[in-house]
Amino acid sequence: MSEMMRVSGRQGSAASAWGGGESPFAVSWAKLMMWLFLLSDAFTFAALLTGYGAVRLVAGTWPRQADFFNITAVVGPMTFILICSSATMAVAVAAARRGAWRTTARFLWLTILGGLLFLGMQAFEWTGFIGEGARLTGFVGHQADLPAMFSATFFVITGFHGGHVSSGVVYLLVKAVQARRGRASAESIEIAGLYWHFVDLVWVFIFTLLYLV
Amino acid sequence: MAEEERAEGGAWYRVYLLTWFWLLVVTALEIGVVLAGVPRGWLVTLLVVLALLKASLIAAYFMHLRYERLNLVFVVAVPLVLVVLLFAGVARDALNVFLLRP
Repeated sequence: MSEMMRVSGRQGSAASAWGGGESPFAVSWAKLMMWLFLLSDAFTFAALLTGYGAVRLVAGTWPRQADFFNITAVVGPMTFILICSSATMAVAVAAARRGAWRTTARFLWLTILGGLLFLGMQAFEWTGFIGEGARLTGFVGHQADLPAMFSATFFVITGFHGGHVSSGVVYLLVKAVQARRGRASAESIEIAGLYWHFVDLVWVFIFTLLYLV
Repeated sequence: MAEEERAEGGAWYRVYLLTWFWLLVVTALEIGVVLAGVPRGWLVTLLVVLALLKASLIAAYFMHLRYERLNLVFVVAVPLVLVVLLFAGVARDALNVFLLRP
């Protein structure tokens, strides 16, 4: 009992962040929740990429990615577009903080355009890969002797990431319309930005581990 | 958050522009390293280091983590150390295959 009183007494003072003050992280609950969601999402991606690493080691031989994907003409530009869309998102957040809603909406539309371009190029890449005989459960046709896990991990991981980009596009569409009407708060734009940057951050690892290594 | 206030108004754009620029430089470097045909072991190490560098740039400047309170940074960054354990746990099992192969 005395312990409880001591703790609640300390809460009231909010003196130190470590002492469990009223707002120890100095951010709103919504932003904190987005960070926690992104942390859990990071673990989902980490688990997928770890699994990918394990099956690749176990498979022994692994096809050369460059035989299937065009790194310089397609995947490199996809990465470029995603980084640029992250930059336009950051500008939208800064504009929202200044209360410049027209600029915010404009840069959100640019970010959405980047996301759509990325998805279009991913669709192009998937189409080419499926044309080569790749399926979720392995290869068909003249490539049937390739490790099934090569196509399975590719579709699952890039698909999961593409799903994140697609939801991000919808999320940003809502925010762009709200910003245009002056009905979004600067913080809600910043939180949407956190999600979008995270999608870019995850792509850094997917790009490295699935295409380059 | 004095630092944040100082960076407000115009200075933010400079931070974003620099972050964007360095992200592109590192990406070009990654592709360059692959095309240059660096030996496999070095290539993997280098690429992972460069990826971590890019991820840190995004988290620190685009996601403003550098300007948040230190305990929020810890809440986000410390659990990620567990990913190393995840890798270590799975890698042992996967690497066993090399011992089993004739």
